[in-house]
Amino acid sequence: MNASGLSEFMAMGGYGFYVWTSYALAAVGVAVEIVAVRARIRTAVKSALRPDRAVSVPDDTQ
Amino acid sequence: MAAVLEITDETRESSAWRGFAWSLTRDLKLAIRSKAELGVQLLFYVIVVTLFPLAVGAEPLLLRTLGPGVLWVAALLASLLSLSRIFAADFADGSLEQLALSPQPLPALISGKIAAHWMSTGFPLVAASPFLGAQFGLTADEGWLLALGLLIGTPTLSLLGAIGAALTLGLRAGGGLLALLILPLYVPILIFGAGSIEAARAGLGASAQLSLLTAALLATLVGAPLASAAAVRIALD
Amino acid sequence: MSSIAWFRLASPASFFPLARRLVPWFSTGAALLAVTGLWLGLLVAPTDAQQGDAYRIIFIHVPAAWMSMFIYIVMAFWCAVSLTFNTRLAAMLAQALAPTGAMFTVLALVTGAMWGKPAWGTYWAWDARMTSELILLFLYFGYMALRNAIDDPRRADRASAVLALVGAINVPIIYFSVKWWNTLHQGASVSLTSAPTMAATMLTGMLIMAFAAWFYAIAIALLRVQAIIVEREKNFRWSGELLRWIR
Repeated sequence: MNASGLSEFMAMGGYGFYVWTSYALAAVGVAVEIVAVRARIRTAVKSALRPDRAVSVPDDTQ
Repeated sequence: MAAVLEITDETRESSAWRGFAWSLTRDLKLAIRSKAELGVQLLFYVIVVTLFPLAVGAEPLLLRTLGPGVLWVAALLASLLSLSRIFAADFADGSLEQLALSPQPLPALISGKIAAHWMSTGFPLVAASPFLGAQFGLTADEGWLLALGLLIGTPTLSLLGAIGAALTLGLRAGGGLLALLILPLYVPILIFGAGSIEAARAGLGASAQLSLLTAALLATLVGAPLASAAAVRIALD
Repeated sequence: MSSIAWFRLASPASFFPLARRLVPWFSTGAALLAVTGLWLGLLVAPTDAQQGDAYRIIFIHVPAAWMSMFIYIVMAFWCAVSLTFNTRLAAMLAQALAPTGAMFTVLALVTGAMWGKPAWGTYWAWDARMTSELILLFLYFGYMALRNAIDDPRRADRASAVLALVGAINVPIIYFSVKWWNTLHQGASVSLTSAPTMAATMLTGMLIMAFAAWFYAIAIALLRVQAIIVEREKNFRWSGELLRWIR
């Protein structure tokens, strides 16, 4: 891809800000979700494996 | 303070209508005894409505345009304000649990409570609305239309709100949570209610909106007590 | 694959290994589909005659909007299952889906605003679809807020399930009323779908991105439900393989 092709691609016919902001927001949303869920799993596993120092969450009594 | 619970000592088959009537009478009696609470919703309605001209200026054409919307939104907010009252007192002193155990069907008992609630909080708004409408330059016909729309709409608001009140029974989160849960459900009522006056002004007649409001009321009359009863049982477990 | 004893899967702890095994499949699938869709959408699909390159936002906006609605329906479905059969896992699946649904709703709203500015000159036009989307976001927030406000997990399950079902029943009504409201107050209808004749590559790109979003949603929900299961299943004795997660 030559240089002018890439710059045209980034410009998106003048609408580059709108288009790339949208794609960036999608990427950010996905990334944040993935990071947050993995962190949530780590926290949950940590407190499950060390019940003496567990976060006090009410039991799942049925 | 809730009155002493008098559970009807029926040995015959439980009757939904009897339960409804008993619950309605009981809650009305309770409401009348605390007269101070009765006027609060109406006063809130009047105050909120008054805030708008203070905020946007008293230019007559602007007020006339805003009027129906303001009067409907304020009715929604006034309705929200009083919703927790439907169940809170009975939940606090254990009467609600006894109601759930009584032979009368819980949806019927809850319908009575909602009806009493509407009579003491919703209906005064309906009565006051034409006068407040005049402050916004609504014509007499529009005032009647406003009152009619609110007459059909406010019971629906009470019914929908009861579901939210039942779901949030005893939670610390309070009124903000209830508003978040209920206001999206209120949106169609608001759109058709305020829209009825818009339509009348445009010469289209308000029958479509009023029919839709009535349909919403009928559907909610059937569905909301059932959903509320389910929510009450969930909260009591 | 031998016949799965479905009733045994209904126990959250039994479902956990299955969720672990499924996540890589769906996340890989999502990644492949996304790469294909993005290639189609950004490089292959031609520039639109009316909107120029600004229309390329639809490859994010439309799949996000579709997923926001689809996830709510699936969430409501699992809520109905959890109430009918009184199972915990169904409620946990609904709990796992909600944040992702909310994320897609927010994404649909902001990309809709990003598209609105170049296409119609304003970030927010109070059109029927976007206003309904906004109310859908409130429904998601309400579900999550109610869950958070209730300490007892089972009461939270059941109460939020009732709320989700009431919301699901109301969604068509809300959409209809907002649509009606919009046509009354705005003369020309502002439609966020592209021109009637869409180039084949545009449509294909959009569909592939929609499938990518779907696979992603499944993967992330299965991941999140694992966290929820570990959080809530205090009685199960977890094996040491969980230590992998906190390496």
